Amino acid sequence: MARMTMIEAVRDAMDVSMGQDPSVVVFGEDVGYFGGVFRATQGLQEKYGRDRCFDAPISESGIVGAAIGMAANGLRPCVEIQFADYMYPAYDQITQEAARIRYRSNGDFTCPITIRMPTGGGIFGGQTHSQSPEALFTHVSGLKVVIPSNPYDAKGLLISAIEDPDPVIFMEPKRLYNGPFDGHHDRPVTPWSKHDAGEVPAGRYAIPLGKAAKVREGSGLTLLTYGTMVHVALAAAAETGVDAEILDLRTLLPLDLDAIVESVNKTGRCVILHEATLTSGFGGELAALVAQHCFYRLEAPIRRVAGWDTPYPHAQEWAYFPGPARVGQAMLETMEG
Amino acid sequence: MSELHRSSLSLHVPEPEVRPGGSPDFSNVVIPRAGEAPRPEPDARAEDIRKLAFTIIRVLNREGEAVGPWAGSLTDEQLKAGLRHMLLLRAFDSRMVIAQRQGKTSFYIQNLGEEAIACAFRKALGPGDMNFPTYRQAGLLIAGDYPLVTMMNQIYSNAGDPLKGRQLPIMYSTRENGFFTISGNLATQYPQAVGWAMASAIKKDDKIAAAWIGDGSTAESDFHAGLVFASTYKAPVILNVVNNQWAISTFQGVARGGAGTFAARGLGFGIPSLRVDGNDYLAVHAVASWAVERARRNLGPTLIEHVTYRAGAHSTSDDPSAYRPKGESDAWPLGDPVIRLKNHLIAKGLWSEERHVQLAAETMDEVMSAQKEAESLGTLHSGDRPSSRDMFEGVYAEMPPHLRRQRQEAGV
Ligand SMILES: Cc1ncc(C[n+]2csc(CCOP(=O)(O)OP(=O)(O)O)c2C)c(N)n1
Ligand SMILES: [Mg+2]
Repeated sequence: MARMTMIEAVRDAMDVSMGQDPSVVVFGEDVGYFGGVFRATQGLQEKYGRDRCFDAPISESGIVGAAIGMAANGLRPCVEIQFADYMYPAYDQITQEAARIRYRSNGDFTCPITIRMPTGGGIFGGQTHSQSPEALFTHVSGLKVVIPSNPYDAKGLLISAIEDPDPVIFMEPKRLYNGPFDGHHDRPVTPWSKHDAGEVPAGRYAIPLGKAAKVREGSGLTLLTYGTMVHVALAAAAETGVDAEILDLRTLLPLDLDAIVESVNKTGRCVILHEATLTSGFGGELAALVAQHCFYRLEAPIRRVAGWDTPYPHAQEWAYFPGPARVGQAMLETMEG
Repeated sequence: MSELHRSSLSLHVPEPEVRPGGSPDFSNVVIPRAGEAPRPEPDARAEDIRKLAFTIIRVLNREGEAVGPWAGSLTDEQLKAGLRHMLLLRAFDSRMVIAQRQGKTSFYIQNLGEEAIACAFRKALGPGDMNFPTYRQAGLLIAGDYPLVTMMNQIYSNAGDPLKGRQLPIMYSTRENGFFTISGNLATQYPQAVGWAMASAIKKDDKIAAAWIGDGSTAESDFHAGLVFASTYKAPVILNVVNNQWAISTFQGVARGGAGTFAARGLGFGIPSLRVDGNDYLAVHAVASWAVERARRNLGPTLIEHVTYRAGAHSTSDDPSAYRPKGESDAWPLGDPVIRLKNHLIAKGLWSEERHVQLAAETMDEVMSAQKEAESLGTLHSGDRPSSRDMFEGVYAEMPPHLRRQRQEAGV
């Protein structure tokens, strides 16, 4: 066991995977010699050689397209898109190609690739370093979508993603890389070294895709969330005193519907939280499922808290970010009716 | 029969000559003598001037003299103004890097070592022409006399920010100054510039466009899309590639691949393509003027590769000592654009070391007084700022009801 940051945990997952399986290759912009702009691949080129960890030209469509070709020829690429905001040139390759290789060839070809990308805001990165495009992936049949909220999960989920027989989008909340940011931007963040979930076992372990984690047991309401917002929700529960049951979904697709239904049926109330914009966000999907499966148990309208429907602004970052105050208010309203 | 050639394959991954710990080595960079490259007629065909895509067009020689057929595009006064613009930009950069370190803004990108390119290019354009820049062409604004205070207001996201705090620092936008709104998504501006130029042709206007991109970003599909549109429609556009040797940590070889040069990319599209010494203010201006003439005479696009060196970090978030050797910038064989233009003016008897020191001080004063004024309107975390209300404006021409509701909910 060692205490790790989320970056170290992600790196460790790739290290373990490359060590046990020679077909795992890692590439992307700046990931080779330099080890990535967030240093997630630091040391991997030195350890595994230039033909297993290397720099790619700045071409996201090329990165994903090449990964698809490699996968068709027996490799298991784990590629990095430098920021989720830069996946758009690869969107065609991801959604029209990777997602459907198995289906359209009836399993003749498959696409076991992992596409890592830092996601979310909170770093004053403006509209092109802050986006949360997960719903653009969950809307596509054939992709799996994973968003961890701590180092322990990040390692176990990334190992599962790399070992998965199908394409997995692995979104890393960059605001969590160094510690469990809870939305209080004016306070220092506790580093992962002081947090239990920073405890990461050595070697291989896998967390199955499609299993939510209950991060807070409660009876007042159920709060469904993932990524950075898990920590914001915990802070909001502590500050409002609402006895929330908080589910960290961890994978959006496949989704742990059983855990969701069980919890909402117990509490009878539901708040959904994500940083991505509200309209057509993943929260809409969750709300529909909860309405369908828990309708007769609901005692209050389902509420969604999300980023406003604007591009992610620079200076107004904290007015945009759905912080603990907004989340707390939604919790209180949901408790009232 | 192919049995003979079957052996196990291996992957080629390009690497720069030297990494940290080594001594800088540019011995493989061939620097042709100044004045050597011919100056073709602007209606030359791409295939007839292929060589210009593989050499480096240079005007200033080591003695600071302007030599060869590309010399003579600028008057003495214009040369002095050029020096002033470059010094202003350098002073601006140095103050803004410090301001970022002091927490007055979140981010900054400097132009160090590349000042000649945008500053000289701007002077070859006319009123109404449009640039589609990257984040490293602030020289277009400075040489276009755009107010320094306004630039700083944008960098500080303060109450005077024309973009209302919405955009990352240095992502300027000013139609009036021929500067298209900058995107953080690389290369998207390339086909847009071509479209702007095509519109000019469709409207039978006489304005032209200039596209800008870095060496690393030429790997994006949009670069190639821009070239094919420019080639097909013979659009009045200048396709600039600023080859400053580095993307972030990746050297230019990763994007260039097996091609000899970035300029050579244009040849495959039948676009006249030239390489120019990007640290030579006179050469940049001369080549830009040649390309501008081609575009104005409806002769079509030109690709210009500006050969230079990124002397500073990629951005304030970057530390180049992790991936390139110390002193590489000093070893760069094309020198410093400011010093080279200064030496030229001195060689011409128009300038002196004393006047240079004085001008450097004056430009720094100008920047500092602009900074004072900008800071009186606030900085990122203190003083006056755009309101949270501004965040909801301008998503659409008219705010749809759902946004109005959200604004209300936000209480702003
Ligand atoms: C689509 C996209 N991919 C990746 C990035 C991240 N990124 C920003 S600048 C940069 C390097 C660009 O290098 P180059 O084109 O050579 O321009 P320079 O910075 O040298 O001027 C990268 C990879 C981005 N902004 N957009
Ligand atoms: Mg570059």
